[in-house]
Amino acid sequence: MGVNHLPTRRELLVGSGALFAWSQMPRIARAEGRDPRLLVIVLRGALDGLGAVAPVGDPDWISLRGDRALLLDGKPPALPLDAFFALNPAMPNLHRLYRSGKAAIVHATATPYRERSHFDGQDVLESGLVKPGMTSSGWLNRALLALESGGRVDPRGSRALGIGSVTPLVVRGSAPVMTWVPQRLLPASEDTQSRLLDLYQHTDPKLATVLQARMKLASLSGAPGTGEAMSDDPTLAPPGIARVRAYFADAAGTAARYLAKPDGPRVGAMGFVGWDTHIAEGAASGQLYNLLGALDGAFVAIESNMGEAWKETVVAVVTEFGRTARINGTQGTDHGTGTVAFLIGGGLAGGRVIADWPGLKPAQLFEDRDLKPTTDLRAVLKGLLRDHLRVEETVLAETVFPGSADIKPMGGLVA
Amino acid sequence: MSNSARAEAVLALHRFGMGPRPGSIAAVGSDPRGALIAELDRPLALTAASALPPSAKAYRTVADANARRAARAKQAQQQAKKQQMASAGSGDQAEARPEGQAQGYAQEKDAAEMAAKQAADAIPDPGRPIYLQEAKLRTEAALTADIGFAERLVWFWSNHFCISANKIQSMSGAYEREAVRANALGRFVDLLLAVEGHPAMLFYLDNLESMGANSTAGINRNRGLNENIAREIMELHTLGVRTGYTQDDVISFANVMTGWTLVPPGADPQHGGEFTFNPRLHEPGGQTLLGKRYEQEDVEQGRAVLRDLAAHPATATHVATKLARHFVTDAPPPTLVEQMTKSFRETDGDLKQIAIAMVSSDEAWRAPPAKLKRPSEWVVGMVRATGITQVDPVLYTGGQQLLGEPLWRPSAPKGYPDDEASWIDGVGRRLDVANNFAERISGMADPQAIVEDVFASEIAAEVKQAVGRAESRQQALALLFMSADFQRR
Repeated sequence: MGVNHLPTRRELLVGSGALFAWSQMPRIARAEGRDPRLLVIVLRGALDGLGAVAPVGDPDWISLRGDRALLLDGKPPALPLDAFFALNPAMPNLHRLYRSGKAAIVHATATPYRERSHFDGQDVLESGLVKPGMTSSGWLNRALLALESGGRVDPRGSRALGIGSVTPLVVRGSAPVMTWVPQRLLPASEDTQSRLLDLYQHTDPKLATVLQARMKLASLSGAPGTGEAMSDDPTLAPPGIARVRAYFADAAGTAARYLAKPDGPRVGAMGFVGWDTHIAEGAASGQLYNLLGALDGAFVAIESNMGEAWKETVVAVVTEFGRTARINGTQGTDHGTGTVAFLIGGGLAGGRVIADWPGLKPAQLFEDRDLKPTTDLRAVLKGLLRDHLRVEETVLAETVFPGSADIKPMGGLVA
Repeated sequence: MSNSARAEAVLALHRFGMGPRPGSIAAVGSDPRGALIAELDRPLALTAASALPPSAKAYRTVADANARRAARAKQAQQQAKKQQMASAGSGDQAEARPEGQAQGYAQEKDAAEMAAKQAADAIPDPGRPIYLQEAKLRTEAALTADIGFAERLVWFWSNHFCISANKIQSMSGAYEREAVRANALGRFVDLLLAVEGHPAMLFYLDNLESMGANSTAGINRNRGLNENIAREIMELHTLGVRTGYTQDDVISFANVMTGWTLVPPGADPQHGGEFTFNPRLHEPGGQTLLGKRYEQEDVEQGRAVLRDLAAHPATATHVATKLARHFVTDAPPPTLVEQMTKSFRETDGDLKQIAIAMVSSDEAWRAPPAKLKRPSEWVVGMVRATGITQVDPVLYTGGQQLLGEPLWRPSAPKGYPDDEASWIDGVGRRLDVANNFAERISGMADPQAIVEDVFASEIAAEVKQAVGRAESRQQALALLFMSADFQRR
C-alpha cells in the first residue's frame, strides 16, 4: 500500500485494529487566547423531550400525559428549572449545572426532518443536510475543514475525535478523525434483546427459549456487585442498566480525558443508543428514567475529567427527533417531532430553557401528534459553531449546513 | 424471476453456499441447481496462495525459530545463574534471607527460568503470522465466491479430515490447501491418500513417534506402536464407528502405518518437513486387516489399505450420511442418503458427482430451513451480506474463537459438530458478535438494502418489520443478522 493511498471505508472497517487512525487534525485557532472544546453526543432512537423536560406550567400538560406526567409534586418530584419547565428527576447533576449557569436546555426543537424514520432522521441530524440519504460527511467534520481553510488553524495541532467502533456520521468526512474504541464494548441493549426476543417468539420458538434463558442469566449475574449503587429501589434499576451506565460514563469520561489534553483533539462526537421507547417508557421510574440517569452520569464524568478545560467546554446533546406528545397504548411513545437538546459546559451562558413554546392543545400539536418544533436545531448548532469555534456565518450557511441561510445562528449561548 | 425461483435461489445460497451477497440472487438466476453444479467446474485454487509457504517450508521456519529460541534461552539461563552465584558469594544478602536456603534456591531457579523465557520470547513465533495469512486468504475466498458451494465442500472436508492448529499452527493452512483443497472435487481415495500422508496429519495423530515393535528403531529403542492414526482413520475418516472392525484390525493397521513420517528439519534443510517413508520405523512383514492379507512392503502396504478403506461400502454410507447431514438437515431423509451412497459407489467415490447427486435430488431442497448454521458459516454469511470482501484475520479469527469455533482448532479429531444441539446455546454470544459487527458497519451498510437486494425480500415479514422499526441502523442490522432467516438454512 502506497503512502498516499487512503484506504476505502470498506478496507478500513475490516482492515486493521487501528480504525480511523488517520493523520493529524489541525488545531483550532487560539488567536483570541481561547482553546475551545466541543463534544457532540447523539442520542440514537429519538428522545422523548417531554419526558426529559416537562412543561409543568402548561395547563394541558397533565391531561396530555395523565398519570405519566412528570410533576413537581410527583413521585419522585421533577426538578424545577423555571416557572414553566421541570427536569426529569433522574438528572440531578444536570440540574446542578443548570442552576450554576453551566447548562441550557432548548425545547420544542427539531432538525428540518419531518418524517418518522430513525435512519433518515439521523442522517439529517448528522449530515447537516436538509434531506436524508446515505451521506459521506457530517456537519462537524465540514466545520473543521472550514476552520482549516479559514486560516485559523495550527497545522501542528490536534485531531478530531470519534468515539466508538464506528465514528458517528456527524464527524465523518475528509477532515481526518481518530477513533478511540472503548474497551468495554457496548453490549446489545436490553431494547435490542427484547426486540429480538419478540421476533423469535413470532418466528422461531427454539431461539426464543435460548435467548430468554440468556436474558434471565444476565439478570442474575448483573444483580449485586457489578456496578455502582444506583438506587435504593431495585425496581428502578433493572439488571443491565448498570452496564449501560458504566458504558456511558466510561465512553464520555474517556472522550473528556482526550479533549482535556493540551495536545489532544479539540472536537469529538459520540452516540448513545437505546432511546426508542415505544413500550413502557417509564419517564419517572423506568427505561427513560434509567437512560437519563446514565446520561447524567456521563455529564459528571465529562465535567470531572475535563479538569481545567471544563471552562472552555461545550457539550451539545442532540437526537434525531422527538416522540409523540401522548402516551400510546403500551405505555410508551411513538416517533414524534419536536424534542429537547441539552447544552452543558463551563463555556456556556446557561441557566435557562430556550423555547418558543408552541402549546400542547391538540390544534397546537404537529399533525395532532407531536410537540411542534418552533426552534430549528441548526440555529442552535450554528450559534455554537460561530461563537464557540469561530466558524464564519457564511461558511455555516453554505457548506456546514448547506441551504440554511435563512436559519440565523442563535446568539448568546456561549459565555 | 418468479417468487418460487427467488425462494429457491435464496435457499441455494444459504444451504449449499456461503450465503447471499449483493447481486448473487441474480447470478444464481432461475436455475439455482444448475448454478451450484456449474460452480464445481471452476478451479478451487486460492489465487494469492503462491505468496504463502508450502507446509514443509512453514515447518522448517518454525523449527529454525525454535532452535534459535532454545539456544538463546540456554544462554540467558546460564548467564543469570552466573550472576546469581557472583552476588550470593559477594555479600551477606543470601544469609539475610529469613526463609533459608531452599527458598533462596527456588528464587534463583525462577529468575534463571524467567530470563530464559524472556530471551526466547524475544524471537517471535513465525507460525502465527503464517496462520493469520492463511486464515485471511481462506476467508476471503469464501467472501468473494459467487455462491460458495465449492468452498463449503472444502470446509466440509477440512473438518472431516481435521487437524489442529494448536499442535501445528504453521502448517494448518498449508495442509488444507495442499491435501484437502486440491482433492475436494476429485476422488475420495485421492483425498484420503493426500490427507493421511500429509505431515500435518501424521504429526497431529501422533504417527511420527510410532514404530513397529520389530522394526530396526523399535528394537534399538525398545519402543513401539501408537494406534491413534489407525483408529481415527477407520472410525472418523472412512468406515465410521461401530462398522465391524476390531481392536486387532486397529493394531494391524497401526503397524501398516509405521514409517509414515516426515523428514526431520534439522537433518535436511532442503526437504525437512516433507513426507517420507522411513523403513527403519516400519514393522516388517505382512498384516491382516478386515480379513485381508497385506504382504506389500514399505509405503505401498499403507496405500493399499487406504485404497481398500476408501472403497469399502461402509465408507460410502458414512461419507454420504455426513455430507447430507451437514448440508441439508440434522436428520437427513434416508432416501437422500441412499442416492448419495449409490452415487459414491457407482462413481468410485467421485466427490464432485456425489455433490451433484445431492443438489440434484428434490429431497435436498424439500426440508424446511431448520438447520442452524455453524458459527463459521453464519459469520461469513453476515460479512457477505454487506459486500465486504476483505478481512482483518486477527479480528476474524478472534470472533470465531469467541463463538466456539476457532479456525482449524477443533478440540478433537472428530472436528466440529454439525447439529443444532451443539450450537444453539451459543446464540447469545452470536448476539454480542452481531451487535459489535453491526456497530462497526452501521456507517456503510443499509439494512433495508440488504433485505431487498441481498435477500430479494425472501425474508419473514416479521423480520422486515423489525428492521424497519429499529431505533438505529446498528440495531436493525443486529436484528437482521440474528434473525432465524439468517441463522438457519
